[in-house]
Amino acid sequence: MTVTEERPAGEVGSARRRKEDARLITGRTMWTENLSLPGMLHLAILRSPMAHARITRLDVGPALQAPGVVTAFTGRDVADVQGSLVCAWPVTEDIVQPAHPPLAVDEVRHVGEAVAVVIARDRASALDALMNIDVEYDELPPVLDMEAALADDAPLVHADQGTNRAFHWVYDSAQAGAGDDFEQVARDADVVVRRRYVQQRLIPSFMEPRSVLVDPTSDQITVWSTTQIPHILRVILALVTGVPEHKIRVIAPDVGGGFGGKLQVTPEELIAFLAAQRVGKPVKYTETRSDTMIAAHHGRDQIQDIDVAARRDGTVLALRARLLANMGAYLGLVGAGVPILGAYMYNGIYKFRAYRFECTGVFTTTAFTDAYRGAGRPEATFAVERIMDELAAELGMDPIELRRRNWIRHEEFPYTTAAGLTYDSGNYEAATAKAMQLFGYDDLRREQQARRESGDPVQLGIGVSTYTEMCGLAPSRLWGSLRYTAGGWETATVRMLPTGRVEVVTGTSPHGQSHETAWSQIVADQLGVPFEDVEVLHGDTRSSPRGLDTYGSRSLAVGGTALVQACQKVIDKARPIAAHLLEADPGDLEFSGGAFRVRGTPEGEAGKTLAECALAVFAAHNLPPGVEPVIDADATYDPANFSFPHGTHLCAVDVDTETGRVAIRRYVAVDDVGRVVNPLIVEGQVHGGVAQGVAQALFEEAVYDADGNLVTGSFADYTLPSSADLPDFITDRTETPALEHPLGTKGVGEAGTIASTPAVVNAVVDALRPYGVTDVRMPCTPERVWQAVSTASRKGGQP
Amino acid sequence: MTRISLTVDGVRYDDEVEPRTLLVYHLRERLGKVGTVVGCDTTSCGACTVLMDGRSVKSCSLFAVQADGASITTVEGLAAPDGTLHPVQQAFHDRHALQCGFCTPGMIMEAVDLLNENPDPTDEEIREGLEGNLCRCTGYQNIVRAVRDAADALRAGRRPTAEEEVGVGVPHSAAAEPRVEEVPGEAVPRPMP
Repeated sequence: MTVTEERPAGEVGSARRRKEDARLITGRTMWTENLSLPGMLHLAILRSPMAHARITRLDVGPALQAPGVVTAFTGRDVADVQGSLVCAWPVTEDIVQPAHPPLAVDEVRHVGEAVAVVIARDRASALDALMNIDVEYDELPPVLDMEAALADDAPLVHADQGTNRAFHWVYDSAQAGAGDDFEQVARDADVVVRRRYVQQRLIPSFMEPRSVLVDPTSDQITVWSTTQIPHILRVILALVTGVPEHKIRVIAPDVGGGFGGKLQVTPEELIAFLAAQRVGKPVKYTETRSDTMIAAHHGRDQIQDIDVAARRDGTVLALRARLLANMGAYLGLVGAGVPILGAYMYNGIYKFRAYRFECTGVFTTTAFTDAYRGAGRPEATFAVERIMDELAAELGMDPIELRRRNWIRHEEFPYTTAAGLTYDSGNYEAATAKAMQLFGYDDLRREQQARRESGDPVQLGIGVSTYTEMCGLAPSRLWGSLRYTAGGWETATVRMLPTGRVEVVTGTSPHGQSHETAWSQIVADQLGVPFEDVEVLHGDTRSSPRGLDTYGSRSLAVGGTALVQACQKVIDKARPIAAHLLEADPGDLEFSGGAFRVRGTPEGEAGKTLAECALAVFAAHNLPPGVEPVIDADATYDPANFSFPHGTHLCAVDVDTETGRVAIRRYVAVDDVGRVVNPLIVEGQVHGGVAQGVAQALFEEAVYDADGNLVTGSFADYTLPSSADLPDFITDRTETPALEHPLGTKGVGEAGTIASTPAVVNAVVDALRPYGVTDVRMPCTPERVWQAVSTASRKGGQP
Repeated sequence: MTRISLTVDGVRYDDEVEPRTLLVYHLRERLGKVGTVVGCDTTSCGACTVLMDGRSVKSCSLFAVQADGASITTVEGLAAPDGTLHPVQQAFHDRHALQCGFCTPGMIMEAVDLLNENPDPTDEEIREGLEGNLCRCTGYQNIVRAVRDAADALRAGRRPTAEEEVGVGVPHSAAAEPRVEEVPGEAVPRPMP
């Protein structure tokens, strides 16, 4: 593989400014909460203040008397009709799947669980009336600690299930035929490093609170929702409510961020649906941020026990990861699958001979967990990249040198890992060399040495992360083999309008990813039409009836490929029509620059444009016999493999050993996301992704107290980084095209988040290693860093 | 009910409001100014930022009655009457300073205020100045670039700004502008449409 410089040869590769911006920067955006329909009612939800309790009294009668209130009901009132939310990824045959009613019935299992609803003529009346609901709870023991939850005598989250263990899932390279046995290989190793890492619980924190509006007054029940997955939502609404699927229309209008947090079919969506059906009028629910924090799904929350076995020369041999994964009180849509997605990534870019992974899913009385940017892969990458640094320290080796000795060399692709995945392409050498150069690695190492020797109270730390990820989440057969209940294909439609303009329909559902711009660029190149002449439609099951939506860095790699294929079909369908109009043989025509010409004719010569073909089929007066009067086309693409972006991130931090303060001094991200459609968009994704990964490393943690109350229940307590907390990131790319996809794109949405967390924590630990510090738990707050230094110093560690 | 009069994006509105109605809900639900959004309930995110008599305020932290008599500029009123974007809007577009765009109305209004106060800020001053506005998509880097570009454009006077057109947001003395006290987060009552 060679590294190529950026050279835009058309629309693809050029830094087009976004089409989406026009409405977003002028306040003309269509957020769900902006919508208002005639006769619309407002819904408010009473939520549990208890982590675990029996509902001993619940009477909405007094609320019904309040002004403006139309109706109110409880979980018990709708117990027979509300059904259960769905786990779409039952990862094992014997997974425990407790019922998950949208409104709690008799028992609540986390703070924030919906208990009762009020529907009123305006929002304030609905909220006011919540106060009048008469509710009493009989407290049950909260279940918060995962290890304690697995003890034999632990109180149960779901008493009827008899256990807090949701599932136990195992991958073993020897059993899979992808490698040797961990125990056997580890026995012969010179060194085994064992560490426990804690992936703290995070809150996705999309900026737009969730909102849903359900209109039951037309032939189709119409649902507007702040969702990443309108198509999946429609299927599940049909399955859960019994309303026939063709009688439901789902619309995701402009959606203000998701990061996996809106990859969910939520209790609130089902409650609003049920409420609208009951009152026969449009019903809207918009949550407050405080509701989001306690009730929308959380992410991460795993305990990872990692063993790496190696030779003294640095050759890694075997890897084992044993996980506890906190499911929260219920199984989310794909929550059980999140750690399983990670299972295939623990080996990273390294050539392990043996690999074993075990994961136990655990129920606790907390908000349920599910996908958050990276979903399983950041956790895996963190563990392997952290322990590679620990191994390097153990062996007295430079961490980059250790990686170099173990990574898959560029000439070794395609390469099948011990986790059983086949990486199609990559060039770790090139990305690392570029990153080291931009970073000034050797100079910073020298400065670090000098500061260590001088006993500088502010120590310099250098962290590296050489990551890869599986993305372009698609291969349906693979999904099936992992017991995921849906597929992974994606679809696109290209409609040639009679005036030559183009309407594109995608089954992906953007919420900040710039699909309208990128898809237009692809179509402009494929069909030779102006960028401005392309309109991209998405997020409405009426205009885009088929699709599997947006998550897992899949939209461009999978949906973009479907789009290319649809464009090719348009050209194929137009060819006989152009030939007929040109009185030529279809086989003699070539298509370029938006027009068909007889081969050998110069570009300037008259041909037949696609627009002329579109007009010809519209009129249909003069078509070849037997040719259908349409050149529109659909394509659905289901790749055989994932794509594997990779890169090298380097982070330098100044750590004040007296105050514990960590300041990022330099951050370099060199990513290889394959071919790039729009470098501006890619850079933006990397910036935002890195920021979220840095936030996990340094700032964010969802904390429950001993009673199961979420202490970090607002943006005042859950500390999203602000502009003042983050540095500039230096970004660059190498470009090794993905071989699986004709576009060569790999996906970029999650890369930054996956890569950056271990780079930052490695840097913090590296700064403190002379003090004897070998880990700092995330987030590395000043308090934790200071504690780590103090504890190590007490044990005799010295700079 | 209390009678208030507001000028919003150059248009005067007289309304009866409940005293507990927050300014942002008055703007959104009574006046239809849905370009200004609500992102949190603790005055932490800044998505609801508007200019009140030329200075930025978080419209979720004021009661509508507190704005009686004031002139409000929202993101919807920032572009020139002929549709020419304000330099801050233009720079956000040029620098790809937004992705999902939910924080953008507030971020843009805060940036306008920042540049009114400090026409030539350093990157650090920009980062400090926007600290009260959260963005989850961009990592802020392109926002900082955009504000820097907008500062250059404004100083070069390349485009007339909407504030100048409607007479708000131009440099002003503290004496001429009543200082608006923000209500602390915990004192904010539940929202009222």
